Parts: sequence; structure tokens; C-alpha cells
Amino acid sequence: MKSGRLLAAIIVVATVSLIAMGTVWPNDTALAFAGGETLLPASDSPEAAVTDLAHQIGRRAWSKAYSSLANRAEFSESDFVRDLAGSYPSLRTYATLDNFDVRPLHASGNEAQVQLRLHWSTVVGTFVETRDLRVVKEGDRWQPYWPLVKEPRVPPQVIPVNYLRWDVIYRGAGDDWGAQDVESPHVRIVDMHPVERAEGVVILGELLNEDVVPAYVSVKATLLAKNGSAITTEDAFDKISHLLLPKQVTPFLITFPNATLSGVANIRMDPLATLVSASADPVVEIQNQKLNPAPDASLTGQLTNQSGQVVSIAHVLGTFYDKNGQLVWVADQYIDRALLPQNPVAFNIHIPGDLARKISTERAVVATYNEGAFQ
Amino acid sequence: MTFRVALLVIAVSAFQAASAQGATMTLAESITAGSAFSIQSTGSGNAVLYIVGLGQVVRRDVRLGEAVNFPAGTLYNAGRYLIVLATANGSESRAFNVVPAGQPVALSFLAKPSRLPVRLHDGITGAVYVFDPYQNLITQPTPVLFEISTGSGTAQTRKVLTRDGAAWTAMDSTAREGAARFVAQLDGVSSTRVIQQVPGDPCGLKMTARQVGPKLVLETDPVRDCSGNIVFDGTIVTFTETYNGGESTVDVPLKRGVARVEMPAYSDARISVASGVVMGNEIRWRGR
Repeated sequence: MKSGRLLAAIIVVATVSLIAMGTVWPNDTALAFAGGETLLPASDSPEAAVTDLAHQIGRRAWSKAYSSLANRAEFSESDFVRDLAGSYPSLRTYATLDNFDVRPLHASGNEAQVQLRLHWSTVVGTFVETRDLRVVKEGDRWQPYWPLVKEPRVPPQVIPVNYLRWDVIYRGAGDDWGAQDVESPHVRIVDMHPVERAEGVVILGELLNEDVVPAYVSVKATLLAKNGSAITTEDAFDKISHLLLPKQVTPFLITFPNATLSGVANIRMDPLATLVSASADPVVEIQNQKLNPAPDASLTGQLTNQSGQVVSIAHVLGTFYDKNGQLVWVADQYIDRALLPQNPVAFNIHIPGDLARKISTERAVVATYNEGAFQ
Repeated sequence: MTFRVALLVIAVSAFQAASAQGATMTLAESITAGSAFSIQSTGSGNAVLYIVGLGQVVRRDVRLGEAVNFPAGTLYNAGRYLIVLATANGSESRAFNVVPAGQPVALSFLAKPSRLPVRLHDGITGAVYVFDPYQNLITQPTPVLFEISTGSGTAQTRKVLTRDGAAWTAMDSTAREGAARFVAQLDGVSSTRVIQQVPGDPCGLKMTARQVGPKLVLETDPVRDCSGNIVFDGTIVTFTETYNGGESTVDVPLKRGVARVEMPAYSDARISVASGVVMGNEIRWRGR
């Protein structure tokens, strides 16, 4: 009984002590993301200056972040904000800073080079932005120089666009049961290949819209056991271009985490297609595609929006084949900046190192999304 | 006195029982849906007549020995009915059929698909269900004429006899794209569906290239299917340019029957064109 009271007293004292310590000396990152001021001296070292800047960026305290820069005279605060959040609605506009790394590159008496890696979080995953900052000592304080990437601006203009648009009217609720309805688009899986990877079973394939109308598509796969029972079902989620115009082909990738092919006797594929309103605009050219060998194997290239409208989010899907034309892998990347008309934007799709040597050719497609609607 | 009353009641009951036992009904084995009919009973006294069928119950107070008349439209659902004559001393029942009216007045016509490529053998299917004025399926064999016609006057016809109330057929789509009228008709009743016949896959896809400044203008000839129909606008044509280990691709929708795009002009570039799974020609560009 006595020992129980003692234990309770110790727990209470320890809890109060920890709360007091957390209040007086809070964790720097927690404080920053909670909206408080950091208690660390912001500028007693190059790394601390960049860390403080990253904290302000994470809190979207643009004014404070801007005022901490040494090269403010080179650009305005709105230029700085546009650099980080984008001038036009894009993935970057809705991203939040998940975390960051600060890495010193080199330092001398009054000048240092520090690398800042910003890990942004979005609804479709994370993307990393790397900036090398020059940091200089002004008096007893270190101040970073922000390497501004000026986003191009589209001059005011009128661009006539007359690409086709499809609208759909479905049958009404009061129609006779035998009355016709608009036919669903006809789609076909033209290639399918299951592979076993460390993360589980992966099904790769390609889907063709063989109709003359646009289709919203998805692919569902079910792994079947020897007795015909379903083991598990998954769909392609975002590893597919969901909007297919007539005669357009999309790759797809379906992952079954923790599954093995040894227990699978059959795979049932269900391509789904729904008729949707759509536009043939925008047209995006994928330029300078290059397969880069391992290590850091990748498909790089540039997207050029050949249409008049600004594309909010572009999603590039790469399909990779071996020298016999067999499908080897499907990978993708979302572009964090808006695609402005005629302004190339680079992409870099990572390819797993063990597959890079098998890959001989590739095909890239791009899906585009505009704020609030499929396009 | 009490004894006398009891004796009278027993005598009346015995008489009624004897009368009810003699009550019978006369009616046709089957009647046509919606038509007037009558039921003749024998015997005397009061009774209640029940007719029970599919989704319908009729009750009538009757006097035995008289005909009971039912006006047109009383029984309209085709099927098997049970008629029960209930008296104070028992009941008698019989079954009879209500058959569909012979004259078809409505068709339910299912035509599929509403859109299909040209020149597809047995690609269009049509199924017809024949109904009388009360929406009863007419199961008597009835000839149905199916006809597909296009604006150019081409027509295919098939005459099919219904079986168990339904007739169906499969027909070919024509070689010309456009809307086709698919008609099912019998005895002056018809139903029409519109089938959109669309061009098939591109055939003989061909492009040409010319240099304009630093760019290469690539343009297809008007894209047609193997029947000569112009492929619909919006169909995607993929141009691929391969050069010095690099590649550029662009998916271009057809506009006014042709696909046109500008791509960078690289010396010794190889340019190919495709639409879906159909490959077109290839150009080796050697510069100006």
C-alpha cells in the first residue's frame, strides 16, 4: 500500500517535471509546427539560419521567412511566395511541409553553403525539393540567400481552342425498361503481366479505349486460389490514367501487398469503363525522353503544354519494356508545378535498380487535371 | 314449444344442406383478358363468389340459380384463376384460365448495342416481347419483322416467329457510318431504335513531315477506316520522334479528320505514327 502511494507520487512528480521542461525548453520542430516561435538562436550558425527559414516556410509564415533572407533586394516577397507555393493552382499550392533536412556542404569564415531538402506532403504522395543556399555572416548573424526559381508568367492573351468536347445525356428515370441508353465505352486490356516483387504481387498491363467516345476507366484484379475462391482484390487506384480518349492507351499497375504468386492459380481482370463528359484539350507533348541507367535509373523528360489553358496537375506514367517488347514495369510521377502554355517542365520517374538493366524501351503518357474538374 | 322450434331449425338446415350440395357453376375453361364473361350457378339460396388470381381478387354476393355477369375489364391479368362458390353449407371451387388478348398492341424492343463499329457481323441484336392491351405477354406464335435501314437506303430484314412471347435476331452493321434505324414491327405495331454505326480502326494511317524553322510539322492524311469512313474527331493519334538516344511523344486528337503537331526537328530522327494498336508509316528525317 505504502509502495503504491510512493509510485503514484513519483509518476505525478515526473509528469509535472516533463511538462515544465517541455514548456520551458520545447522541441524545436514541435514548437515550429505548433505555431510558436523557436527558442533556438536563429542565426548563430549557417545551419541554424537555414533551419529557422525552413520552419517559417513550414508554418507558411512567408513574411518572417522573407525578412530573414539576405538577398531580399533581388526579389519581392510575392516572388518568394510564388516560388514556393506556385503562381497558378497546382499540387504545390495544396502541399504542406512534412519535414526537412539541412546538410552543410562547405563553410569558410563568413560564408557557407547549406543544402535544404524540403519534403512536401500532398494527397497523392510526397515530393522533395532541394535547394542549395548560400549563407553569409552579417555581423554576428548568419543570413541565407534564397536561390529564387522564377516561375514563368503567361502574358495576357486570348488563345482560341476548338478541340472536340463530348457531353453525355443519359436515359431518363421515366423511360420504358426497354428504352435505349447510351452505350458504355468499349475498352480492352491489350497487355497483362503479373510479377512477384519484394512488396508483393504486382500486375502490370495496358488498357486501350477502342471506342469513339471518352471513357473514365479503372482496372480491378482478383487473385484466385486453386479452388477458384478469391484470395484478394485490388485496383489500380492512381497508377493509371483514368480518362482515356478514343484509341488512347494507358498503362496500369496493381499491387497486392504481402501476396505471393505461389498460391495464385488464376487472376481475374475487370476493366471498368464509364462514359463521361470530356474534352480533347489540353494536348501535352512529352519531349526529350531519356532512359538513364542505374544507379539512380530513371526516365527523364519535359512536358510541354501545347494548349491554351493552364494545367493544374500533370501525372506522367511511364511504361517500360524489355528488348522483346514485354512489359517490365510501370512507374509514375506527379508534377508539382502547373503546366503553362509552351513552358517545358521537367519530370524524373524513378525506375527500380534491379529492373533497369532489363529495360530497353519505354512509352510515356500524361494525364492532366484542372482545378475542380477532369480535363 | 322449445322442442318444436328446434325441430324446425333442423328441418330447414337439412333442406339448405341438400340445396347447397346441389349448387354447381358453369363457365368457360378460359376467357380472354379484359373481356366480359358470366358464371351460371344452379341451386337456390344465397352464396358468395370469390375469384382469386394473380394480384387480383373479386368478391360477389350471388343468388344461386342465377347467372352472374362480369363487365369487360374485370379480369385483365393473364394467368390461372381459382373461383370459389361459398354457401352456408360448404363450398365448390374450380380453376380457369385468363388468356392474353390476341391482338398485340405493344412491343418492348431491346436493341443492343446503341453504338458499334461498321461491318460487324451479327453485331446488332434485337429482342422483342409482344404484349396485349393489358400488358400481358402474348405467348401465341406471332411473326415479327426486324428491319435495319440507313440514310442511304440499305436495308436488312428478318422475319422471326415469337416463341413463348419473345422473338430475337442478330444483324450485321453496315459499311457506312451513321445512324441506322432498327425497327421491329407486327400487325401495325412497331418500335424503332437508333443504332449509331461508327468508323472502325484507322486503316492505312499515313503522315507527312515538313520543316518550319526549328520545328517539324507532322500531319496525317485524312484518317479513314478500312471502309473509307472518316474516323471521328477526337480520336487520339500518337506521334513518336526518336533521336540521338532521346524520344519525344505527343498524343494528338484528330481535328477535322487530321492530326497535326509541331515537334523539334532533329537530324536523322525517326518519326512514327500510331492510333491505338494500329501503326502508321515511319519517316526518317534527315534535315532540311
